[in-house]
Amino acid sequence: MSTLTKQTLSHLDWLEAEAIHILREVAGQCANPVLLFSGGKDSICLLRLAEKAFRPGRFPFPLMHIDTGHNYPEVIEFRDRRAAELGERLIVRSVEDSMARGTVVLKGPTESRNKHQSVTLLEAIEEFGFDACIGGARRDEEKARAKERIMSFRDEFGQWDPKNQRPELWNLFNARTHKGENIRAFPISNWTELDVWQYIERENLELPSIYFAHVRPVVRKGDLLYPVTELTPAQPGDKVEQVQVRYRTVGDVTCTAPVESDADSVARILLETATTTITERGATRMDDQTSEASMEQRKKEGYF
Amino acid sequence: MSAHENLPGLDTGLLRFLTCGSVDDGKSTLIGRLLFDTKTILVDTLSAIEKTSARRGLNAVDLSLLTDGLQAEREQGITIDVAYRYFSTGTRKYIIADAPGHEQYTRNMVTAASTAHLAIILVDARKGVQTQTRRHSYLAHLVNIPHLVVAVNKMDLVGYDRETFEQIRAEYLAFARRLGIPDVRFIPLSALNGDMVVDRGDKLGWYDGPTLLQVLEATPTAHTEQPEDFRLPVQYVCRPQDSANAELHDYRGFMGRVESGEIAVGDAVTVLPSGRSSRVKAIEIGGARQPLAIHEQSVTLLLEDEIDISRGDMIVKSAEQPQVVKQIEADLCWLSEQPLSSARTYLLRHTTREVKAKVARIDYRLDLNTLENVDASALEMNDIARLTLKLAQPLFVDAYAQNRATGAFILIDESTNNTVGAGMIR
Ligand SMILES: Nc1nc2c(ncn2[C@@H]2O[C@H](COP(=O)(O)OP(=O)(O)O)[C@@H](O)[C@H]2O)c(=O)[nH]1
Repeated sequence: MSTLTKQTLSHLDWLEAEAIHILREVAGQCANPVLLFSGGKDSICLLRLAEKAFRPGRFPFPLMHIDTGHNYPEVIEFRDRRAAELGERLIVRSVEDSMARGTVVLKGPTESRNKHQSVTLLEAIEEFGFDACIGGARRDEEKARAKERIMSFRDEFGQWDPKNQRPELWNLFNARTHKGENIRAFPISNWTELDVWQYIERENLELPSIYFAHVRPVVRKGDLLYPVTELTPAQPGDKVEQVQVRYRTVGDVTCTAPVESDADSVARILLETATTTITERGATRMDDQTSEASMEQRKKEGYF
Repeated sequence: MSAHENLPGLDTGLLRFLTCGSVDDGKSTLIGRLLFDTKTILVDTLSAIEKTSARRGLNAVDLSLLTDGLQAEREQGITIDVAYRYFSTGTRKYIIADAPGHEQYTRNMVTAASTAHLAIILVDARKGVQTQTRRHSYLAHLVNIPHLVVAVNKMDLVGYDRETFEQIRAEYLAFARRLGIPDVRFIPLSALNGDMVVDRGDKLGWYDGPTLLQVLEATPTAHTEQPEDFRLPVQYVCRPQDSANAELHDYRGFMGRVESGEIAVGDAVTVLPSGRSSRVKAIEIGGARQPLAIHEQSVTLLLEDEIDISRGDMIVKSAEQPQVVKQIEADLCWLSEQPLSSARTYLLRHTTREVKAKVARIDYRLDLNTLENVDASALEMNDIARLTLKLAQPLFVDAYAQNRATGAFILIDESTNNTVGAGMIR
């Protein structure tokens, strides 16, 4: 007897069910996947989704962070603690090691290491023979991401070819690869920044403290606030101010800017996100502003 | 609508729709307008497109720039791949699949349509129903999108004339009836000026139907509007084999997504292909025990009896069995630049199951211009054909018209691992 089920899922339940489905497809189709965990809010959601997908079993993949060596200490502390709480294996590979090997060469000591993460990531993929990397990228983040597949194919050189992507129909995901190639899998592709915050609130997920309002020295340049840190000291002529800020994304110190905010709880951040007027990357990523197409360029070169 | 009203409550649904039309019918402008009038566009994005509009010498902001994606497209000024956009209103979250209008991109439209609840088909009021309109409507129908909306755009360029709108409606309906498309709505609008998209405007007083956004808000998000059978393709088997923990020692969880129907603890189930039966001992969703699971939920099932089950098997209710077949008749859209070869073996993925498949015969190819069936011995990219495939192992299928999830499959070319075909079982 067929049944007519009128009930439908709420948008968060639907997004969660889809993400779990994607994670399980990666586990079912790929021999040696890894989950990229940075300590940022999107990958924190991924970990909760992985718990929901695989518990009471272990995760069928280790966690990995590509560390630029320029991360906020609060985030690194959080990363290590969270992995330990979950009892899952955490691999850390660092851009500094690639620099020591000579595979990453900076133009100067002040150049951001963010885009060089691609090199270290590709080296780690080769070292461990990973055939899939699960990441927390979302399609609403940036123009080039809007066309990204959920299972996105990368060739032997880690390159993304936007004009030659595998068609992705229904929920039939094709994560097949030949040796040396790999898949980037994005379980929360269909989530927006607001969905992420709603999920964090509903699931009561812990976040690194820099996501919440705190006072920090910054320099105003145009619309962006540049944090003054050991790595990014004030330059002569800069006017340093103490401002109450929070981070909307956490990444490399040298390229992630905080926004002015007094939101000190997830509920208040949610309200701010709903009424915000600037996109997440526009407000916080110094590196995406250089050219309209810069994310696409980095992705072609093997970026997340 | 204020931004605050855009904060969706936790209990709102999600509607996926796609937009299709010929190049220059105003698809990008319409999406831009929807995003803009629902306050989804944020100031930095707006200022970026303002700059671009100015650089291109336009005197107003070109909303279509909002949906401009990749470098190659910006250079060529056309959309070459499906892009996904998001917005939410106070009542629901929307995912737009933006499917390109170029005729060589049938495959992109089929891709975008495969996950949509609703299709918006754009018609330029000056041009009326075109070959492309028929083609897109046919594809939307083929992929079985439950709801169709014909948006008669650029009404400002025909003086908001009611007669023009009515003529287009009559012409479209005649053709839709021939194809057997049941449910179509018509809305006159101007994407450029915003009339009847989110706001009614004051130029279309003679039209008393809903705005486009009202139609979107009222469309059922239900997975289906017809009764369905329970289908759970097994994705992954969880066996913690934790000898220290007595409860986990014998734990065998069968993980997958309920593709259709519903299941309750105690229900009698059958596992395919083995045909062995058992009852549902427990249902876990995100680690919590539940009495019931419904379509689209990702679940873990525990059964009363110890049965050997692995990825690619399907759990169904014993009283609701699918067909077990070694040959299928299907409508296939060919997606690859390499033509379909009847001599080759392809890998067919259906739910979580993969089997080898070979073309037994091509019944006919559909000529998308005339919508007539023609003889064919080979298929090129973007062709659509009715054909019969032989399978190396059995599949557990339903007709696509009854069940989108268990009626759909893709073909994979094992030499490249590319997805080369999209099929719908008859
Ligand atoms: N007058 C008028 N022009 C429109 C309307 N909608 C779109 N256009 C214009 O038609 C042209 C093509 O629109 P676009 O959105 O790029 O079409 P697409 O190729 O379907 O994405 C652009 O110059 C738009 O400004 C409308 O409702 N009225």
